Amino acid sequence: MRREGSALHGFGVVTLKEIADHFTSILVVVLVVLVVATAIAVVRGAVDQIKEITAEDPFLFLRLFTRGAPIPLVALLSFLVPLFAIGLGFDSVNGEHNRRTLSRILAQPIYRDALLFGKFAAGLFTLSVSLIVLWLLVIGLGLLGLGVPPNAEEMARALVLLVVTMVYAGFWFALALLCSVVFRSAATAALVALGLWLFLTILWPLFSPALADAVTTAGDVLGVLDTRQAFARLSPTVLFNEIVAVVLDPSVRSTQQSMLAALGLALIERGAIPDAPIPLLQSVLIVWPQIVGLVAGAILLFVAAYVVFQRQEVRA
Amino acid sequence: MNATVIEAKNLTKRYDGVAVVNGISFSVARGEIFGLLGPNGAGKTTTILMLLGLSDISDGQARVLGHDPAREPLAVKRQVGYLPDQIGFYDGLSAADNLRYTARLMGLERAEREQRISASLGHVGLADVADNRVSTFSRGMRQRLGVAEILMKEAQIAILDEPTSGLDPQATVELLEIIRDLKKRGVSVLLSSHLLERVQSVCDRVALFNQGKIALIGTVSELGREVLGGGFRVEVEAEGQGLAERIAAIPGVQQVEPAGANRLRLLATGDVRPEAAAAVVAAGGRLLRLSVEEPSLEAIYSRYFQTHEGELHAT
Repeated sequence: MRREGSALHGFGVVTLKEIADHFTSILVVVLVVLVVATAIAVVRGAVDQIKEITAEDPFLFLRLFTRGAPIPLVALLSFLVPLFAIGLGFDSVNGEHNRRTLSRILAQPIYRDALLFGKFAAGLFTLSVSLIVLWLLVIGLGLLGLGVPPNAEEMARALVLLVVTMVYAGFWFALALLCSVVFRSAATAALVALGLWLFLTILWPLFSPALADAVTTAGDVLGVLDTRQAFARLSPTVLFNEIVAVVLDPSVRSTQQSMLAALGLALIERGAIPDAPIPLLQSVLIVWPQIVGLVAGAILLFVAAYVVFQRQEVRA
Repeated sequence: MNATVIEAKNLTKRYDGVAVVNGISFSVARGEIFGLLGPNGAGKTTTILMLLGLSDISDGQARVLGHDPAREPLAVKRQVGYLPDQIGFYDGLSAADNLRYTARLMGLERAEREQRISASLGHVGLADVADNRVSTFSRGMRQRLGVAEILMKEAQIAILDEPTSGLDPQATVELLEIIRDLKKRGVSVLLSSHLLERVQSVCDRVALFNQGKIALIGTVSELGREVLGGGFRVEVEAEGQGLAERIAAIPGVQQVEPAGANRLRLLATGDVRPEAAAAVVAAGGRLLRLSVEEPSLEAIYSRYFQTHEGELHAT
């Protein structure tokens, strides 16, 4: 059965309305304040540390993202981005239900697709704008603090970080959107989304090694480590952290390097010079599966939300 | 243009195998006010949602302005205005901004949009509060804003789901006046309600819903005749000789009984007031008072369900 007209008719209207809603909401005001405060605090901490320890680091600028007291910027991102994505998305569809605007809007000549796509695009846009602001602030303040301009390679890597963080935000926003479609009560949707966030970000990395050990049949240490890592990667936060660790440090050649180092082992590669930097493309290739995994996860969640929303009854 | 704007044939909606709307058929003519009446949960809203293409049709067919709502929902939704039960607006936006958003979704150009918004808000008496937030609006004002949206759309059909529920008497009267006005503009109106006496006055024809089926369909007086057996009760107060016989001879009068001094109570199949007046005058009598008591939908409804209660429990 072919539908008449474009599924995306009205998409732009919905997106603009949602963006306007986001930018006038108190949540985004808090977000912007927090972004500015974070940028200032983190960069100050990082600059102090970088000045002390790394005199001849060729990738001084990247340390802005990975060093810093009390918490490096990327760790903060992996923690806060989900929280804001959930905050923006948890009531986007059930809120329309509860305000009883949904049936009135859907009685206009648009498909449901336009509404859901518009909401997703607007959420992603809002999160992206906040991330870009943060990114520019960090780089600008870093320039002032360090007095050293970044080279092209560093800028390229920082840009990859920005894009990956947007994808990461998209994953959590899609999760929040799914919850807002499935649960009619905004409070339930928020609690479920936050529960999943807590589980995937904090609990899963703690429990997955034990689970992996229980199911693994590998006899050697490396085999067990592989299984553990495979289990841990079910968490998007673990994927994000792996990507960040490789992209922001050109000397890292494997996502297992830090794990091996913790065991006192070194990554043995034929013909490789230890700690020599590798080109950006190589770094990206190492974590390409993780990047694809994050994108796929976001798409899967969105598709699930889409399917449920299409089949849902509009009546309250 | 054809005379029928909405046609439902054997329309059925099933949830998990249970028929909520069970094979209903009706049609609405252009410029008509058609009422879907019945208790809550009888399937009125589900029927409306199917006609709008907002809910899948399990079985049967629907045609709205010649379009199939399941296959061409956009064509239907472009020409049909919908006022949902318990209408909601974005509370943080002004009345005009709420309409602007839906006008954009309709794809109206800017100049056209602004002109239609101010015209429609003026028409429902909300021009003064156009820039006020909807959160400050009363329920009646929200309903009127919903009607303004339909006017702005220049819809050919207005579908109103429980338009008067929760309104105070004054707001109800205002809203019914607006509905009559829609009809004057040539808009066909399909409205649903469980408040019978309020909508009786505006509906040209009604369909009585009962457990997913249409129990009765027709004009109020037709239903009155069918259910109550002769709908109209006319009271004649006149002085004169042999009036009872003359009036009893009028076609359509089924029964004449005295009701006090100079008073006659007639039971008729139609409104026989003109004929009764002529009969009194012809007999040289003095006509003092003439009144008609139309069959009330409430009476039809309760009588119908009394007589069919046994069947209902059996099914």
